[in-house]
Amino acid sequence: MTLPSGTIPAEPVLEVRDLRVFYGAIEALRGVSLVLHQGEIVTLIGANGAGKSTTLRAIMNLVPAKDGEIFFRGQSTKGRPTFRLVRGGLVLVPEGRAIFANLSVHENLEMGAYARRDREIGADMERVFHVFPRLKERGKQTAGTLSGGEQQMLAIGRALMSKPQVLLLDEPSLGLAPLLVHAIFEAIEEIHRQGTPVLLVEQNANAALKHSNRAYVLETGSVSLEGTSEQVAANPKVKEAYLGE
Amino acid sequence: MRSALLTSGTVALLFVLNALFTGSLVSGFAMPPYILQVLCLAGINIILAVSLNLINGFTGQFSIGHAGFMAIGAYASAYVTVAWGDRFRAATSFLPEFARDGVLLLFALAVGALLAAIAGFFVGVPSLRLRGDYLAIVTLGFGEIIRVFILNIDVVGGARGYSGIPKLANFFWIYLFAAITVVVVSRTVKSSFGRTLIAIREDEIAAEAMGVDTTRSKVISFVLSSAMAGIGGGLFGHYLMYLHTNSFTFIKSIEIIIMIVIGGLGSITGSVLGAILFIALTEGLREFSQYRMVLFSLLLIVIMIVRPQGILGHLEFRHFFGRRRRLAAPTPPVIP
Repeated sequence: MTLPSGTIPAEPVLEVRDLRVFYGAIEALRGVSLVLHQGEIVTLIGANGAGKSTTLRAIMNLVPAKDGEIFFRGQSTKGRPTFRLVRGGLVLVPEGRAIFANLSVHENLEMGAYARRDREIGADMERVFHVFPRLKERGKQTAGTLSGGEQQMLAIGRALMSKPQVLLLDEPSLGLAPLLVHAIFEAIEEIHRQGTPVLLVEQNANAALKHSNRAYVLETGSVSLEGTSEQVAANPKVKEAYLGE
Repeated sequence: MRSALLTSGTVALLFVLNALFTGSLVSGFAMPPYILQVLCLAGINIILAVSLNLINGFTGQFSIGHAGFMAIGAYASAYVTVAWGDRFRAATSFLPEFARDGVLLLFALAVGALLAAIAGFFVGVPSLRLRGDYLAIVTLGFGEIIRVFILNIDVVGGARGYSGIPKLANFFWIYLFAAITVVVVSRTVKSSFGRTLIAIREDEIAAEAMGVDTTRSKVISFVLSSAMAGIGGGLFGHYLMYLHTNSFTFIKSIEIIIMIVIGGLGSITGSVLGAILFIALTEGLREFSQYRMVLFSLLLIVIMIVRPQGILGHLEFRHFFGRRRRLAAPTPPVIP
């Protein structure tokens, strides 16, 4: 896919510099650096345990970073608790859908708008229903009874309700049927077209590279390759290790 | 569970029932003292169970230190009436006799609730950062610390127990506060703040990712729950006229947990039912003397096997009577 018209602005909306995270004695991230600009979909691919989810969790301050710096819209996120980052527009869709299973679809979406005090919540809910018409049909249903794909749609829709400036997605296609994977990626592109930059963590390298502008390949805690998605997809090593060619 | 529960009609009804039960309404008729006492203790259990359900059932934070906060409320309010009661009565001498007692009781309960809330805050802030088993162990520990601390305060009797507390609480006050507790908890749960509590129970990380200050929400719910436990304790002391720290061991905390688990975690009417059922079982099995606790345990095991989610689960009474709420739509999810 191509970038929307206009060149990439110089100032990145999210910048990670030399991020290091430890789980006990294990070094999960060994100095990861990445940038996300306005108008981009950037994907982070890699094998199990490469540190993809840890990177997102560290960006959200859900796990403490030992070293390194993170800038969101030019400001350091150091010491800002997760909920403040969310209220500032940095929004994560956690891995494994993490919906509120005993609340209805409607209530889940309302929960997404929790930090907001404006009057456009209703209009935004319509926007979510436009991206995911299925959610509208299931409005009153308890979220735990939705299918896996619908739950993922709900998790993304809920994140949209908090008006993200940057959307972080952790493995949105995990455990979904191929047709649903397609639908989820279509939705991600739609969100991107509406102006929200997306940082996408994926194991499904094929689909992720197809639907993104730039890519980083993460291997045992550090970035081994970066470039435009076409370049990364054309790399012989990536082809062999992640694309199965 | 609308606030229809708390109207002047309710207050009047409780007042009349109280007069009837104590035998001052119809001469020659009175509730047998034993039954009345069981009813009153059931009311106190309702206050404790419903308040603990706010933190254990709705917020999903497993606390086993409720008896500690109950103890603080009991001892603090008892101290107020014993030590300052005469001065307080003198200061309110312009009121009729029964009103003076009521005002004194309300003042004592307020002090007890406030101290329990403060203790809840200082216990909650460090321990609510923990999850699951760790939180349970830490709250258990704090509950015991509170109890041993009180055991060593000589002005409230220490190991001798605290006697000489005037009997200010009765059926009327106990059930009035039980109704207040139910209304406060159900209102809280239905508010937008209550929604954050349920979100924390469902998935704490997701709640955080929605911009919920999870620590703040958990602490507020813990403090509110502790304050209500303090009121329950205050009524307990002013009803039995004697306090001993043996009443507030972790066994008491476990009993309150049993009430909310058999009633249904996350159901207010379930907690009320659980509290009543608990005391009905302990009293009803009294005639089996030494087999009592064996039977009691067996009944609990049966309930947990037949209905592991508790008698009401997440539901309230109104979901069973009148307009039924569909829980899960019967249509199977369609995958394209």
